[in-house]
Amino acid sequence: MRIKCPLCGDRDSREFTPMGHETYMNRPDDEGWSPAWDNYLHLRDNPAGITREMWYHGAGCTSWLRVERDTVTHDILRVELAADVKRGNS
Amino acid sequence: MRYSGWQVIKQGLSGNRGWKPAWRDPAPKAEYDVVIIGGGGHGLATAYYLAKEHGLTNIAVLEKGYLGGGNVGRNTTIVRANYGLEGNSQFYSHSLKLWEGLEQDLNYNVMHSQRGIVNLFHSDGQRDAYARRGNMMMAQGDDAILLDREGCRKLMPFLDYDQTRFPIFGGLYHKRGGTARHDAVAWGYARGADQRGVDLIQKCEVTGIDVENGKVVGVQTSRGAIRAKKVAMCAAGRSGQVAAMAGMRLPIESTVLQAFVTEGLKPVIDNVITYGMGHFYISQSDKGGLVFGGDIDFYASYASRGNLPMMEHVMEAGMTLMPMIGKAKLLRSWGGIMDMSSDGSPIIDKTHIDGLYVNAGWCYGGFKATPASGHCYAHLIATDRPHEAATRHRLDRFNTGRIMDEESKGSQHNLH
Repeated sequence: MRIKCPLCGDRDSREFTPMGHETYMNRPDDEGWSPAWDNYLHLRDNPAGITREMWYHGAGCTSWLRVERDTVTHDILRVELAADVKRGNS
Repeated sequence: MRYSGWQVIKQGLSGNRGWKPAWRDPAPKAEYDVVIIGGGGHGLATAYYLAKEHGLTNIAVLEKGYLGGGNVGRNTTIVRANYGLEGNSQFYSHSLKLWEGLEQDLNYNVMHSQRGIVNLFHSDGQRDAYARRGNMMMAQGDDAILLDREGCRKLMPFLDYDQTRFPIFGGLYHKRGGTARHDAVAWGYARGADQRGVDLIQKCEVTGIDVENGKVVGVQTSRGAIRAKKVAMCAAGRSGQVAAMAGMRLPIESTVLQAFVTEGLKPVIDNVITYGMGHFYISQSDKGGLVFGGDIDFYASYASRGNLPMMEHVMEAGMTLMPMIGKAKLLRSWGGIMDMSSDGSPIIDKTHIDGLYVNAGWCYGGFKATPASGHCYAHLIATDRPHEAATRHRLDRFNTGRIMDEESKGSQHNLH
């Protein structure tokens, strides 16, 4: 598996750490416990097919990335900087 | 037919012409009392105990592929009860006791071998943690022995005791742990359920769960609609997809866990051994192959195969622990799809839909749980009350904060 980092180019997947579904990009604002936290921490669609995840390029540019991936074929379809996604620049 | 030594001799002398298929291949009926989605180890065990202990026999097990074609046939066959957490400890202890009577109960040779498990430790701190775990196992009524380095050397002289990076300080020896022939467990439960009248329906994929007024009324399948009073989801690895048919989201992400087996070798490893400093565990099958595995590949996957980095990691861990393994040739590797729950423990519970039950989230520990999972799930389905060994494996524990975090890592998807 190779991941094309927007900053570093095509790299071995060993340089990256998967964090999980892109749900983790949108932390709830609620101060106390709420269903939003259950959604954020626990509940998942868990698709067999296309999914979007957070990956960390720890052995490269140390960027957080949003990776679009196929969970059945392991194909990497799209990689963006998470910061760009948050800013709406993707 | 009752299997026995006498039958083997009799059939052997008469050209083995008298053996019958171990279960029927029925067409689905229009209605059942209970429909179980998933013909793996847990689903078959559930059907078996529903029939045996609760007298329900109008049951169908629906399997989209073939019986035991999922994780029950894709694991490293380890059976143990060395959990420490309240709830898990009782549950796996219950499971091991069921294992110990399983072959007689099923009249089927599942090759359950209590060859012992040694969890190695490599530092003073790890020794303390394992001593504590051993005490908890004994407090639960199970067995544990704390071995020192020489005790380990006596049992396992082939380990590398001279390495300076991760020296072996000792091990926690769980004598009643061991292995079982994984496929045979599925087959034994299938045969036992079939003998009690359960319909095992293969190549029958569930495509929808029918709910009316908050109550489950049946399922849609690739072989037509089937009405049911109760529907039990039991499709670990694919739990997310099955639950989605009922409009549910589970606290589960599916990932892949790889396992490996070498060519057949002469007997060399007597026990199951786990490495405390690298994710690596190994035993030797009765056929002679060294069976070993490591950690999950950590990204969501339904591919039933892993990638090379984790394979390399497992091989490296094996080599640092027992350099002799480098001479063995790897024969096969494969991956199983793991239902990873966010706290690392399973779910056996009712759902918000009346008559719909969930059994999921077995992470990488489902095989040893097979008897207790089926036993407790059957109890829940038949009585609508959790079995006393599985009261904490609730679906709502994530939202209420009563998580079951055996490894004290937290309740988040990237932690287990």
